[in-house]
Amino acid sequence: MTEGEMNAPYSLILIAVMAVVTAFVRFSPFILFPEGRKRPRVITYLGTVLPYAVIGMLVVYCFKGTSFMVYPYCIPELAASALVIGLHVWKRNTLISVFAGVVSYMLLVQLVF
Amino acid sequence: MTKRTFRRAFRDSLPIMAGYLALGFGFGVLLQSKGYSFWWAILMSCTMFAGSGQYAGVDFLASGATILTTAVMTLIINARHFFYGFSLLDKYKGMGVFKPYLIFGLTDETYSIVCSAQLDETISKRKYFVFLTALNHFYWIAGSTIGAVIGGVLPFSYEGVDFAMTALFMVIMVEQWIRSEEHLPVILGVATTVVCLCIFGADVFIIPSMALIAFELLLFRKKLDKTEVERDD
Repeated sequence: MTEGEMNAPYSLILIAVMAVVTAFVRFSPFILFPEGRKRPRVITYLGTVLPYAVIGMLVVYCFKGTSFMVYPYCIPELAASALVIGLHVWKRNTLISVFAGVVSYMLLVQLVF
Repeated sequence: MTKRTFRRAFRDSLPIMAGYLALGFGFGVLLQSKGYSFWWAILMSCTMFAGSGQYAGVDFLASGATILTTAVMTLIINARHFFYGFSLLDKYKGMGVFKPYLIFGLTDETYSIVCSAQLDETISKRKYFVFLTALNHFYWIAGSTIGAVIGGVLPFSYEGVDFAMTALFMVIMVEQWIRSEEHLPVILGVATTVVCLCIFGADVFIIPSMALIAFELLLFRKKLDKTEVERDD
């Protein structure tokens, strides 16, 4: 038995807690507004606009670990992002845009900065 | 039709494959470095299926955090998933026995694809959602298992592969921008989250961002609500 597994029962309990809490967060809208039950119109409205707002939130969320204040000042992120956006506006091909973004970003962080 | 649907789901999942294998790998390496065998990585990836939640989970396990701390922190870290179901109440209607699995597997990436995929009649929506969720889940489990087994030694550096997630979200944002005439929701989403990140810091900004975004969307309902006419029941 390895060091981390010394307290296996307690680790199992913690994993169960994390799994239940995560599932609870994901299930709660469906529990609050079950299928076949009438729901307030405002909820339907939020459902239609949230995907747009959330994708904006997620893009910013991806940048939370970076800093404009210290070297390399987000230059790899900004350069690769500009490439992704530019390529996508031009070609509209998700795979090409993502692939080019990842490759350029990997080159920048591994070889340049 | 099933084959076609699977192919489409697989194609749409490719950007996620890159990101999940890399992020899962990193998680597996981290967990085994704390003395847990790869079975623990498999267990966590099967039952939680949450990137940042599992990374934080390694700390809780290693430090023997209390149950309350673990529960509250997991809630805070995964709170953003609370929003996702609201846009899928109709889309996931009638999904039958697979519905609980689809909801369980609502990660950031799965959600963003489910919301943005333009599916025609040749694609079975139900099967597409199930395939997509299961494929993503598989990548995540595979990545974390490999990471936990190998334990950090790879002949090449994969630093930066996780940019696939950022790139995917940006591509979806650009697609939405081109297809939609109303840009206020995404502008509110970006601006509000940036401001909250600056004010509250990287650890706790998501919940205030969510609350403010919801508030702003309600504030602009008159301008943005186009559901009124069709849903006049």
